[in-house]
Amino acid sequence: MIDDILTITNLKKHFVIGHTGRMSGRNPITVKAIDGISFSIREGETYGLVGESGSGKSTVAYIAIGMYLPSSGSIRFRNQELFRGKEKRSREFKKAIQIVFQDPGSSLNPRQNIKQILEMPLRVTKSENNRMEQIIYLLEIVGLPPEYMYKNPGMLSGGEKQIVAIARALATNPSLVILDEPTSALDVSVQAKTINLLLKLQKEFQLSYMFITHDLSLMRNVSNRVAIMYLGKICEIADTIDFFRNPLHPYTQMLLSAIPVINEEEEKLKPEKVISTGEIPSPVNLPPGCSFHSRCPFIMNICKQVDPVMAEIEENHVVRCHLFTQPGSENGTSVPSNMIL
Amino acid sequence: MNDSKPLLDVKNLNVSFSVYGGKLCVLDGVNFFMYPGEKVGLVGETGCGKTTTMKAILRVLPTPPAIISSGSIHFDGKDIMGLKVDELLRVRGRGISMVFQDPTAALNPVFTIGEQFENVIKFSSSSGKSLTKKDIHQKAISALKEVSLADPERLLQSYPIQLSGGMRQRVCIGMALSTNPKLLIADEPGTSLDVTIQDQVLRLLRKLVEDYNTSVILITHTLGIVRETTNRVYVMYAGNMVEMAATHKLFLKPLHPYTKALISTVPRLTGGGITSGIPGRIPDYRNPPTGCRFHPRCPNVMDICSKEKPSVFNIEPDHGVACFLYKSDITNMKEKATKVQ
Amino acid sequence: MNKVTPTDHPFNSNITLEQISSLERASQRDNIGRAWYKFSRNPMSVVGLSLVVSLILLAIFAPYIAPYPKHAGPFTDFPNAKTPPGLDYLFGTDQIGRDVLSRIIFGLRSSLLMGVVVLVLVVPPGVMLGLLAGYFQDTWIDTVSMRITDIFLAVPPLILALAVASVLKPNLWNGMLAVSLMWWPWYARLVYGLTTTLRNESFVSAAEVAGASTWHILFREILPNTLSPILTKISIDIAWVIIIGSMLSFVGLGVQPPEPSLGTMIADGSRYLPDQWWISVFPALTIVLIVLGFNLMGDGVRDMFASEES
Repeated sequence: MIDDILTITNLKKHFVIGHTGRMSGRNPITVKAIDGISFSIREGETYGLVGESGSGKSTVAYIAIGMYLPSSGSIRFRNQELFRGKEKRSREFKKAIQIVFQDPGSSLNPRQNIKQILEMPLRVTKSENNRMEQIIYLLEIVGLPPEYMYKNPGMLSGGEKQIVAIARALATNPSLVILDEPTSALDVSVQAKTINLLLKLQKEFQLSYMFITHDLSLMRNVSNRVAIMYLGKICEIADTIDFFRNPLHPYTQMLLSAIPVINEEEEKLKPEKVISTGEIPSPVNLPPGCSFHSRCPFIMNICKQVDPVMAEIEENHVVRCHLFTQPGSENGTSVPSNMIL
Repeated sequence: MNDSKPLLDVKNLNVSFSVYGGKLCVLDGVNFFMYPGEKVGLVGETGCGKTTTMKAILRVLPTPPAIISSGSIHFDGKDIMGLKVDELLRVRGRGISMVFQDPTAALNPVFTIGEQFENVIKFSSSSGKSLTKKDIHQKAISALKEVSLADPERLLQSYPIQLSGGMRQRVCIGMALSTNPKLLIADEPGTSLDVTIQDQVLRLLRKLVEDYNTSVILITHTLGIVRETTNRVYVMYAGNMVEMAATHKLFLKPLHPYTKALISTVPRLTGGGITSGIPGRIPDYRNPPTGCRFHPRCPNVMDICSKEKPSVFNIEPDHGVACFLYKSDITNMKEKATKVQ
Repeated sequence: MNKVTPTDHPFNSNITLEQISSLERASQRDNIGRAWYKFSRNPMSVVGLSLVVSLILLAIFAPYIAPYPKHAGPFTDFPNAKTPPGLDYLFGTDQIGRDVLSRIIFGLRSSLLMGVVVLVLVVPPGVMLGLLAGYFQDTWIDTVSMRITDIFLAVPPLILALAVASVLKPNLWNGMLAVSLMWWPWYARLVYGLTTTLRNESFVSAAEVAGASTWHILFREILPNTLSPILTKISIDIAWVIIIGSMLSFVGLGVQPPEPSLGTMIADGSRYLPDQWWISVFPALTIVLIVLGFNLMGDGVRDMFASEES
């Protein structure tokens, strides 16, 4: 039985972005960035988290990394709560969970050189060994020559910057690395190199990855399991192969049908019936019922009123949609929200 | 093909930039043409020179530090480089329109949509100065309706920040097409948008281009978009056009080693893992490789590749490739042709 | 299960420490060359730099360069008073017979010194406050710091300077103190604005997430990114401080006679306009030259920090 490295249960994160009304009776305006999600990542796997703007996927990352405190719910690393009460995470967690940000241009300080950038996590974790050696070693494992130490980020290409960001993430010896759209800003051939590097490093250092992206084609080839998020909730979770063979949630189908593909074979895999329509609603004014109903081509009456619950349709394949949990619809057993897959 | 004159004809364009440490020889004899009504894609990765080429066509390259050392650009029969300023402004306003990658940056945040539309319409139409406010308003409303934006009246009063990314991009497209340009240049029109929104925006663009019969240059590094939206494609690498083909032919049978490598790095929905990318990195323009600029990274490199620059060999009338691998094919074809005669 | 971890792995690369230091030196040279290239793109910046350097050298070596160094002290020569510019006295003599040129050269000392000292007094605390207030935005640190800054900014600057200078004994150092008190808020404000934007950048988050100390984040991550506007402002401010210092001297609250000061010279000479115009005009032109030099140089400083990516 493989253990879970990260377990998230009914996690919620609400932001108060302002107030309405006068001084006496002010009502807070909240954005429900994450509104009750549960999933877990196994040791050594690549867990894909897919979503568009407003889905909350980056918020999940930032909570795991300690930038935000959750509003409620639990997030456990190897069965230890990350946040005890309102404290920030301990130093051990800081070393064990690391992140690679999306935009390589802004995740490296333009006024430092690569040596200083890589030295920072080493200094912070007060490593004993010769720091210069460690820096050169970090550059080596990501395939950059030592000469890069004294270069500024501005002298590097996008792909190289991202590789430095990866090296920085590895400097603290993490077990779980959160990759927040690591290749979205890169050209496709550079993306291939970077992904290959990430996979090689994963094998070499037994890392687990939370891989966040909106690119489903990439997800298909990189992750073991996939979870789709929409407006702060998870729509569907499945093993990658099952997911692409049998996408259930209408939003999943909408995402798949929107991907620009490059050959006929792939065209055939795209769902035909569902085309993207409508705007993504603002997470501030969420409609009642299922948050996707305003764009759903299969909308039913109940969708406007009742929020659906997670149901297991196949083994390890859960979906949150009334199409599957209505009496008389396809068989499915509903999964209580505190049970995680 | 077409017996009419080409709408845009770029011949042997050489552009370099003077920087610290020398001169960046970016564009190295770029040849590019298109006929009215065509939808041409320009595919290339970051740094290949596609934006520089477009800026040169619009003559918005800042001429120090850019140096246009040779070449000619003809639009609609006129020599762009020799135009006087007022003629150039007319070409920019009415002949060529541009849609940019980042709609947030393309719209001025301190003016309403209506005010910006007004400027565009006023400056671009020949009788612009004599249009009444009412006429301009009507034009703007109909343009917004064309791009499927609901409630155009209210939209004209809004500021860009009140709109979502997809709506902003649609406004930009509406503004660009409202002037009825002969040529629309779309620079990565979907990249900053979510994938479902991108899909909608691109479908809209396709439809409008059909309706108005506008010629389009679509610049992108996403091959899937090119396949869905264009009928002819140029592939650009390091300041050279390395392959030019009808779109379906390019994907069916790519000829240039760079094109083949690029296509292979695109992750497939059908699975198959991620290829290892293209070895090496894009050349340093201060010291570009001799001969064919791709030769240091080419899996099929031959002796001649580092000595001479390949010219374009037209394997078929609508498929040309700048690669010595196909030189013998051309000579064979020529021999066959003479034999037949 | 023993995991192979990145920082325990044996060291493979065969680069030596010497090679590393020579790499470091090479990159430093490269950075300097790059900075100079960017600075010198605009020839006017080089003109400004030359002007400033010349003025500084003149001030430092005043006793050796000025034709009549003694005229900068207590000295009278009434027979030669009010001589127009000529071969003996290039800029003429003033009402007591002192050589205007020599006094200008010595006067440069107090002007430039004021510029430097005021900024040395003003920049560190202002920047420090701005960094702290900006990073801890919306906390008490922010509120207290920024309100104090606002109070100082609300007082009309010249009046504050005059008030302070007149309460204390009038001399150069108290003049500098007075000017400093009205100058520091601008740096606090500038850095505050920059810091509030910068602290949202990913690289700051990366440092926070790694557990970097606040000191590291403020001084190693944020501050280097604020240097460009700060240094540009400093180069232009020196000129302003010199003008304000001259204004104080003009009203008698700065450098006291017989020490030469550009402002005092202008004041003294104003009585003799327009006939003995040279007594006021040349010191005034000198101030113009100083301001011009620093402003032009400031443009170059700003260009030097501009990023090259294009």
